[in-house]
Amino acid sequence: MSARSAAMGALVAFMHKEVRHLLRDRQTLAILLLLPIAQLLLFGFAVRTDISQVRVAVLAPEPDATAAALRSRFEHNGRFRLLPPLAHPDSLEALFRAGRADVGVLLAPGLSARLSAGLRTEVLIVADAVDPNTGTTMTNYAGAIVRDWMLSLGAAGRAVRLDTRMRMRFNPTLESVNLFVPGLIALILTMVTSLMTAISLSREKERGTFEVLLVSPLHPWQIIIGKVLPYLVLAMANVITVVLAALLVFGVPFRGSATLLLASSMLFALVGLALGVLIAAVTSSQLAAMLAALGGTMLPNTLLSGLIFPISSMPVVLQWLTNIVPARWFIEIVRGIMLKGVGLSLLWPQLLILAGMLVVLLTLAIRKTSVRMG
Amino acid sequence: MLRSLRVLLTKEFLQIRRDAVILRILLVMPMIQLIVLANAATFEIKTSKLWVADQDRSPAARALVDRFVATRRFTIAGYSVDAREGDDALLDGSANAVLVIPAEFERDVVRDRAAKLQLVLNAENGSQAGVIQSYAAEIIARYADELGTTMLPVRSAVRVGIDRAPTPGRPVIEVRTRARYNTSLDYKRFMVPGILVQLITLVGTLMTALNIVREKEAGTLDQLNVTPIRPSMFIAAKLLPLWIIGLLEFTLGLLIAAFLFHVPVLGSLPALYLGAMLYLLAALGVGLWVSTVSDTQQQALFVTFSLVMVYILMSGLFTPIRAMPGWVQVVAQINPLMHFIAMTRAVLLKGAGFADVWRPLIALAALGTTILAIAVGQYRKRAA
Repeated sequence: MSARSAAMGALVAFMHKEVRHLLRDRQTLAILLLLPIAQLLLFGFAVRTDISQVRVAVLAPEPDATAAALRSRFEHNGRFRLLPPLAHPDSLEALFRAGRADVGVLLAPGLSARLSAGLRTEVLIVADAVDPNTGTTMTNYAGAIVRDWMLSLGAAGRAVRLDTRMRMRFNPTLESVNLFVPGLIALILTMVTSLMTAISLSREKERGTFEVLLVSPLHPWQIIIGKVLPYLVLAMANVITVVLAALLVFGVPFRGSATLLLASSMLFALVGLALGVLIAAVTSSQLAAMLAALGGTMLPNTLLSGLIFPISSMPVVLQWLTNIVPARWFIEIVRGIMLKGVGLSLLWPQLLILAGMLVVLLTLAIRKTSVRMG
Repeated sequence: MLRSLRVLLTKEFLQIRRDAVILRILLVMPMIQLIVLANAATFEIKTSKLWVADQDRSPAARALVDRFVATRRFTIAGYSVDAREGDDALLDGSANAVLVIPAEFERDVVRDRAAKLQLVLNAENGSQAGVIQSYAAEIIARYADELGTTMLPVRSAVRVGIDRAPTPGRPVIEVRTRARYNTSLDYKRFMVPGILVQLITLVGTLMTALNIVREKEAGTLDQLNVTPIRPSMFIAAKLLPLWIIGLLEFTLGLLIAAFLFHVPVLGSLPALYLGAMLYLLAALGVGLWVSTVSDTQQQALFVTFSLVMVYILMSGLFTPIRAMPGWVQVVAQINPLMHFIAMTRAVLLKGAGFADVWRPLIALAALGTTILAIAVGQYRKRAA
């Protein structure tokens, strides 16, 4: 038997031990397999960005037919919920402060009389804009209803009508779940690869079992491969279950190549594992590794990756910083494949960047681990 | 009894003060996070890249494009005649939206006073696309109004007689809009109070859970259990220091919010602090509960993480509760974080006082005591 096959045999035995370790910790395993699905369901069912149920209060100084027509327009629009009529502008303020109204529509006094006399008058739309985008959107929805009402009164003057047909490309129904699925895959991969590896390796270091492994005939790289491989398998299992659940439960589109998706997930998982190994190598306790993994991988991969917050909205310094966040590139790849159906011809730069990150991190991780051994 | 509580409290404070790592996690990290997050957590849409597929090439079409550029919300990513080139720009990300101006746009405007346009948006990010769409719709509506005033009334020669409208072609009802409480539509004002609350949640819950589980792991919890110290005493001694630290942290965060991010403090601070005190009961209660169901710090971290994730998602911190399906809005009522975020925003930004926020205060009091009671009950059961 050659030395090489002996080494392979040792590696296989070691990996077998690691897999059993992982399988024995039922609670953690259950969390790792079920949490992603739970998150997906939560994102899909609960997190929507299309605003409905806007609570609108109308203030009409004279409760006449004109005002009633406006009220009924709001009442019969599925997006709005009409509140009882306002008596005074100040009561709108009180409703806003208590969070019981979203939009107020205030008609100027004597609106109908001035209209029939051909005089100019005005309507004021006030929105609770504490949340700026929601405020803007609600104002525009209310504005559209007020304009329709004006048209019906013949009060719109002779403005030119420009009909704009809006087409929402790549996500016509504005489902936020479509946007979140790619990000969720990145998040789960980060958790399973970086966080879990870092904690599991540093636990061995804390208990002193890592030293035992290092004096065994196994090479450091074999130890690392053995440690890391089960998590890689788990990570790929997660990708497959999450994508399947997204397709079956939410009908998320999948326009591109499944092979390319799996290959790039594998690449991203390897980057995450290398980062996990590196973190375990440079920290001394479980708690420190946990914190470093949270602060060094989870937070940037969630917040600086475009997962929740669009990168184009960030200050320039942070935008620049997103370039070194692996998830940023991975999310671009996954969104490209799933939502836009683009292939390697457009995605090779992102893949190349991830590969470059992998080489750098792997070199650092191996060097740090070997230094510890000496 | 009081004496043993005092001794236990001294021990807890000593332990916290001596552990440099813990202290750093408790005070420095949240503040750094607040500062970074406040800058990163923005859905503000600065400028969108607009591709113009102009098939008309008329002065009216050019004027419309000028109106888009003049708002500074749009920059022109490129021009083409063919709409397909715009689609390519959407695919490779060099444009967010394509404005298609069909041939004979100007002719239709002049002849029929009605014309068609098409706007194609990259809707991968649905909410962002929605806002860009509403900006574009506003620009187009204004341009239409403008055309109405500048152009001669249609067939004015035919329409003899006096035009009764004050300014021909002008709308008689003017629609004005006002964005209340956040006139400059500044995202930091909206996010900073929310992030602050989220941070004290994470610290309150995670620290409580880790603190107790660590004693479990080290075996010191079993030692304490065989002493005459009653579980309620032990819990009080564990929670009180963290409750105080939570309030300190809230204060520190509030100072950063007010002085660094210029978040206004318009409403009643006593109401806000009462809310914080009640809310922390709930946050610490959740932490205590987590500690009863986990045996290792690793598990405690994961359980806390998944729980906090659920209640952050359902709290209205990032996405408005209003946008969620009805049943989620009902479930969200038992989420203390939702009440506290809504309340914090109302007090800071809208100037709310006790009279406005008594509902969330009552909800927080009810939820805080219930959660804490459940957690203490669970702890007793495990300890017994």
